Order: sequence, then structure tokens, then C-alpha cells
Amino acid sequence: MARYRCPGCGYVYDEEKGDEHEGFKPGTPWRLVPEDWACADCAVRDKADFVEVDGLASE
Amino acid sequence: MSNSPMAAADTAPQSTYRDDKRHWWWLPLLVAISPVLGVYLAATTSQNLWLWITPILWYAVLPVADWLVGRDTRNPSDAAVPSLESDRYYKFLVYASIPLFYVTWIVGVWAVATQDYSWVGYLGVSLSVALTNGLALVVGHEIGHKTGRFEKRLAQVVLAVPAYGHFSAEHNRGHHKDVATPNDPASSRFGESLYAFVLREIPGALSRAWHDEKARLARGGKSPWSPSNELLQSFSITALLYGTALLLLGPVIIPFLLISTFWGWQFLSTSNYIEHYGLLRQQLPDGRFERCRPEHSWNADHVISNLMLYHLQRHSDHHARPTRCYQALRSDKAPELPSGYPLCFTLSYFPPLWRAVMDKRVLAVYSGDITRVNIQPSKREQILARYGAAQKSAAGA
Repeated sequence: MARYRCPGCGYVYDEEKGDEHEGFKPGTPWRLVPEDWACADCAVRDKADFVEVDGLASE
Repeated sequence: MSNSPMAAADTAPQSTYRDDKRHWWWLPLLVAISPVLGVYLAATTSQNLWLWITPILWYAVLPVADWLVGRDTRNPSDAAVPSLESDRYYKFLVYASIPLFYVTWIVGVWAVATQDYSWVGYLGVSLSVALTNGLALVVGHEIGHKTGRFEKRLAQVVLAVPAYGHFSAEHNRGHHKDVATPNDPASSRFGESLYAFVLREIPGALSRAWHDEKARLARGGKSPWSPSNELLQSFSITALLYGTALLLLGPVIIPFLLISTFWGWQFLSTSNYIEHYGLLRQQLPDGRFERCRPEHSWNADHVISNLMLYHLQRHSDHHARPTRCYQALRSDKAPELPSGYPLCFTLSYFPPLWRAVMDKRVLAVYSGDITRVNIQPSKREQILARYGAAQKSAAGA
């Protein structure tokens, strides 16, 4: 399970937690997040801009 | 009111920045209840001009005050931002305004239905409430950008007063994503009049909000007609508020409902019109648009109107960093409007006047290269010809 961070505002998409409000159930992998999805907090950056925080579950 | 010494102490490095405007951020609350004050003063002095208090304030007093007091020159440093943002005083002021919009709306609708006004007085109250509805949209904008669910809920509550419950969904996921591109119904184009823009933006915003909300709900396996639809949640509060008023006061309030709602929407649309006029994010080789930067929004950094609008006029920093709180927004290196929003509104009501003032400013942003401007498609050929660019250079744009 990996985590991906918005380089603009710092929002983190955690595959383990998903984002229920955005409609991503816990465990939803990053590849299933639509390509045109924009950052849930700032919308200035979209999926392609996100950077992987860590490759392994770290918490 | 605590100045959060704890929060400041937690934050390193220390900053010596003091917000000169700190105690002036109460002013928008006074504006929010100004129509109530007008109704009260008209009743006690028998001078019905008081019913026009808010339009007079917005269209006459503020432009003069902006001109007299001038621009903001001070910005919080990077070091000052964390303690400013964690200072709950600023948040409290925004929250405190929310019930005031309800009080104002209710007093306004009660006054037009029960007081003995001529149509001029009735219109004055309706326009006064319309402008506070506009301010409610500014408050909804500020808190709708915050990341907490509680604040997003409050935004739905305040946006119910001007009947614009789709604003948060449309603005955050739509406008901020597409800003300063030809795809954005909320970014005005060079050569587009305010009136053409309003007719494109209002339906465009509703349809984009519905589309985005439907997509969000579909990802979670829900129908757009589910109770989780945040547009419908806010619109239900509006229906309850407006419906109760109609039941209790009767059809005499219909003109008030129409004027205060539509002129309130106009307030938002006109803000959108002046905030990005003609500015364009250039397309990258892979077809995506460049990231939103400060030069993709117009600033209007005037002290007085900024106080009324929670720094909305520091619009460039807002678009570059949308989650930043109003008190910490900075006057970025960005193109500048000729004055604060109140006077710019009036200019934009007269399209030839607006274009005389603004078209040259847009061109200056792009060093005179009209092909890099966001141009109204129906006027593209004519505008390119006027500014000496061959149609060929815009091919594929």
C-alpha cells in the first residue's frame, strides 16, 4: 500500500485509507483513481503531478 | 480575544510580523447586517434613503475609500504564515458572520412584506440584501476551501441563503482545476462582455457542479439523487427558508426573492468576470495546461475593499494556494486591476468602458502577443486582425 502526495498543498492519498468522501473506498489502489482526478484539497494539481511518498506501508 | 501565544510559541522560526488589519476584519460583519441597520434607521428617522445603505456603501463609498486609502503594501513573511493561520480569532470572525446573513435575509423579507415602502424603498431593501447575499458567497468561498468537513458543512449552510448551494462543488473541483483555460465557464475571455459571460457562467457552473458531484457519488456507488448529494443538501435549506417565507408572508415577497437572489448571483459572476479576464494558461506539448500560477489571476490589492471581502482581491495567491486562510494571503507578483472590486464592478457593467481600461492591461501581461490571450471564440478573427496577428498563428488554439 503506497501513499501519494500533492506537491502543491500536501494532501496525501493513502491507498490503505482511500478517501471515502471522494468515493474511494479503503484499499482503493492509486491506479484506479481516474487520470483526470484533481487534488481533493486544492485542485491545483492533478493525478499526474502527485509524487509517491513511500512504496511500503509505513504506519 | 486570545492572540494564540501558544500557537505562536510552537512555531519556529519566530516572526515579528503584526497584522495591521487584525482589528479591522470586523468590518464585513457590519456590512453583513447593514440592511438591518437600514430598515431600523428608516423606521426611526422616517428617511427611506437608509433602505439603500448597502448599495450606496458598495457602489459609492467603497470606491472613494479605496481611492483615498490606496493599496496594501504589507505581506506576511513565510515565517509568519503558520501562526497567522492557526490564530482562531480570524476563523471566529468568519463563523460569526454566518448567522448574520440569515438574520439580514429574514429581516429584509419581513420588511418588504410588512412595512409601508414605496417601490423605491422595496427595491432598496432587495438590493441591499442582494449585496449581503454576495458577501455570503464570499464567506462560503472562504470556508468552502478549508479542508475540514465541519467547515465544508458550514459553507453549505451559508450558501443556502443566496440559493447557490452548488458553489463549493463547482468552484473547488471545477473552477480551480480549469481556471484561465478556454474550458472554464467561470473564467472570462478577452472581448467577452459581462452580460455574455453571465449567461455562459451561471448555467455552465450549475451543469459542471452537477456533473462533478454525480461523478463523485458514482465512484462511491451512489445515485446523484441520494441524500449524500451536497448540492441537494444545501438547496434543501434554501427551499425551507424561501418556502417558509412565502407561506408566512405571501406572494408580495416574490420580487424580493428574485432581486436579492439574482443580483446576489450577479455579484459572484461579476467577481469571476474581473478576476481572470483574458488571462490564459498556455498549453504544454502534452496537451495539458501549465499549472496555475499567480499571473493567471488579477489582483486588486486595495486596503478597504480587501477588508470587506476577506482578501478575495489577493486573488493570485488564492489560486496558487487555494487552501490558505484569508488572513495569510499575500499580494503576489501578479497583474493588477485598476482599482478594487467595487469600482471594477461598475466599469464592467459598461462593456466599452471595461475594454478601454482592461484590454491594454491584458496585452501588457503577454508583452503584446495577442495569440497568448484567452480570446472570445466568436470574436477571435476580428481581435487577431485588430492586434496585427495572423489567424494562422492561432491555428489549433
